[in-house]
Amino acid sequence: MQEMAARALERNIPLSVQLDLTYRCNERCIHCYLDHEDHGEMSTAEIKDLLDQMAAAGVFFLTLSGGEIFLRRDFFEILEHARARTFCIKLKTNGIMIREADAARLRDLGVESVQISIYSHRPEIHDAITEARGSLQRSIHAIRLLREQGIHVDMANVLMTHNARDYDGVKALAVELGAQFLLDPTVTPMMDGDRSILKLNVDEAKLREVFHDESIAGNVEELCAPPHRPGEEDLDSLPCSAGHTACYVSPYGDVYPCVQFPLPSGNVRRTKFIDIWRHSPQLNEVRSIRLRDMPSCSQCIHGATCTRCPGLAYLEGNMRGPSSQDCEKSYARTGVPSENLKKRKAARPLVQLVQIQGLQHGLNERPLRDLHPAQ
Amino acid sequence: MTRLYVARNTSAAARALGEETMVMSAADSTLFTLNEVASIIWEAADGVTPLDEIVADKICAHYDVTPEVALKDAEALVNGLAEHGILVLSDQPLAASCR
Repeated sequence: MQEMAARALERNIPLSVQLDLTYRCNERCIHCYLDHEDHGEMSTAEIKDLLDQMAAAGVFFLTLSGGEIFLRRDFFEILEHARARTFCIKLKTNGIMIREADAARLRDLGVESVQISIYSHRPEIHDAITEARGSLQRSIHAIRLLREQGIHVDMANVLMTHNARDYDGVKALAVELGAQFLLDPTVTPMMDGDRSILKLNVDEAKLREVFHDESIAGNVEELCAPPHRPGEEDLDSLPCSAGHTACYVSPYGDVYPCVQFPLPSGNVRRTKFIDIWRHSPQLNEVRSIRLRDMPSCSQCIHGATCTRCPGLAYLEGNMRGPSSQDCEKSYARTGVPSENLKKRKAARPLVQLVQIQGLQHGLNERPLRDLHPAQ
Repeated sequence: MTRLYVARNTSAAARALGEETMVMSAADSTLFTLNEVASIIWEAADGVTPLDEIVADKICAHYDVTPEVALKDAEALVNGLAEHGILVLSDQPLAASCR
């Protein structure tokens, strides 16, 4: 796979695209980064044309996501068109609209995998996060239907303050259902830059616990190994696939380097997809950035091993700057603060540092008291 | 002699990348990279052209290889891909609805 990615990079081919079909949703997840109003989604014909263009451009891995994709009445028409263009198709859905016949149709259409978010094995927690009563039961029912059809299911668990104690339960549920458990320890800012939902992120102690849990992290010794300063080769490395071999297209036809990197780079309603991919000044700027161009990260001891997300850095105000959430992850993995964390610590008076700990505790307290009855 | 017919499974994902082709099995998510010659067989696997004819016309005519060796290699390739549900094999021509 790495070889194919390298060849795609060499030939400037967009190997992977996430296409959001709608931002409308039948859940209201408290950590969601989207605005669920419909501001003018692409029509069926526009999406089919885009799929044709993407196939011609060399896109192989296609993720159809949202919003809730099954809210589009033309969903199966779109999927059939994508199948005929021989994409490797992955779906992201909450699954609550999937019925037996739908699952069979997804199998017939050769969908490679379906990702469904499960926030907790306990309905009172999951349903409180989705703000949709009965949603856990319905999502689990969908997973069973999909598995009965032999479809690979990824069960994604976003870790946040409300469900911080539940990932073991979700993992056990995944085993029971024959699904693959995926843990995402990061709540990201909203696409419009609103950072208020970041208060849902778990604290450093919980992050440390997760990164050092072999059943989640795999090879802990390797993941949490002491960092080393980036060498010359590391300084020339690319940050991630965003804009290099991957991009994201919104329901309105806007193209971005990644779903987590909301740098507007063109719109397929005005410009052909391949022209945006090849000539967008924004994408070309993203492509030009190497670790050595990042003033703080190139000097950081975590530079070579950090999971730095350029999109989160962009949302922090500078796509060449650090992504503080990834700095926190690096610290949680290794116990060694990043350059950015050291600077932030030095810039703040001690009283504020104490306040951060208190605030995190306070944020944990209120929702947990609401959601977790005393045991 | 029994002739072998090969057809691309319509549920397989595939994309050309230069002269190579990426193919993924919908059955078990195995990803294959087909080299230039294997890609020619993949493209020609229409279900109605026998494999020996594909080998003779598309491979032996353009590469320095004997028909026997090329056919043996091609059979090994199509059998391997068929095991993952990527190709459908038959001793009869395959209608589009059978793939």
